[in-house]
Amino acid sequence: MSHACTLNVNGMSYPLQLDAGRTLLTVLRGELGLTGAKEGCDDSECGACMVLVDGRPVNSCSYLALQADGREITTVEGLAKNGELHPLQAAFLDEGGVQCGFCTPGMLISAEALLRQNPKPSEDEVRLALGGNLCRCTGYQKIAKAVLAAAQGATA
Amino acid sequence: MSTGTYLQPASVDEALTLLAEHGGAALVAGGTDLVVGTRQGKRTLPETLVAIHRLPGLDGIAEDGGTLAIGALATHDAIERSELVRSRWTALADASAIVGSPATRHVGTLGGNLANASPAMETGAPLAVFGAEVELRSSSGARSVAVADLWAGPGRTTAAPGEMITSVRVPAPADGSGSAYVRLEYRRSMEIAVVGAAALVTLGGDGAVADARVALTAVAPTIVRSSAAEQALRGSRPTDDAIAAAAAAVHDAASPISDVRGSDAYRKAMVEVIARRAIGIAARRAAGEAVPVPATMTVGGTR
Repeated sequence: MSHACTLNVNGMSYPLQLDAGRTLLTVLRGELGLTGAKEGCDDSECGACMVLVDGRPVNSCSYLALQADGREITTVEGLAKNGELHPLQAAFLDEGGVQCGFCTPGMLISAEALLRQNPKPSEDEVRLALGGNLCRCTGYQKIAKAVLAAAQGATA
Repeated sequence: MSTGTYLQPASVDEALTLLAEHGGAALVAGGTDLVVGTRQGKRTLPETLVAIHRLPGLDGIAEDGGTLAIGALATHDAIERSELVRSRWTALADASAIVGSPATRHVGTLGGNLANASPAMETGAPLAVFGAEVELRSSSGARSVAVADLWAGPGRTTAAPGEMITSVRVPAPADGSGSAYVRLEYRRSMEIAVVGAAALVTLGGDGAVADARVALTAVAPTIVRSSAAEQALRGSRPTDDAIAAAAAAVHDAASPISDVRGSDAYRKAMVEVIARRAIGIAARRAAGEAVPVPATMTVGGTR
């Protein structure tokens, strides 16, 4: 049986009819065509599917879409504004924090969740905040550096 | 995943009525165990889901006459950040701070962690040493059960069908107490205890241990207390030798299994080490030393 719900994603409102077992990730990618969030492990281990729900990081592969009814969802597509990269995105490019790119949307979302809560984190705090995001290319050094650079830019 | 029924009650009473009406319905709060278990193929999603993540009034963290009252929907993140919990129920803050990842902690709840009843759960050993009581409600009434009596085995509780955990009440430790939770982990995040230990140490005016409690994670079908370790600590001075001797006594309660995360022999060897660290930090905190939360990051860690 399908259930009516409204997902508010990146400032847009989407009325939907969804089965109870649908995960938020499959709805974002399937119904809404927002393919920034990735299916990595489908198991809440890797963080490639990370989105914000009411400003908090959520593994969308393991979160029921109906539970997000009426809440504010931010995906990586919602970070850039008016064609301008978000400061975190610009910093990831400047610092070389992107290689294959598969983990990048999740990394950006976890970093955004951190900076909203803690605009000037220490490196330890950055590494803890990204603890649920796996990257198999970079070794994390440049990602952590990029988040710190974005935080410094925002407060300079 | 199956196409089931999704119900979203507006109140606890309505949730309890729905549970009574729909036998076999499952509660879902953060979904970090229920949905992940489905994704991993451990189980299928129940036909009927009662979503309680928005029920009002169940996420409180407050002191009530010396007792810590935590609503079942309080998240690990909220518990970890609570100054109240950090200051007097420190072992619970240690544990909540290392559950999963930031994403897990933002949606995962204390009630869900208890109901999932994993022997490797992080919040169980701290609640066991504090002597927490779990409040269960159903459409026909309410009852309270000691947390140790809630767990029936791996993934099983003594909650009856139709019962829901609504809150946890945690008695205040006596003056002069300190507590800690430490686990053995292979990675910092998205981990559960390979083994773990919580300790509560109360020092008397003479500096000797007036009371002690020790509970162990992931070495038995449920979280277990070690009465032998507690007995060994009581009346002793918390020196390194006394703490090591007490930790060596935890084997009375440890009957671990071998699985993908460790052999029984490895767990037996390590639980003594982890218990020694937990007791040592609890004793230092009892003596007034400020050991940062989470304790597990201050010992044998990678940072």
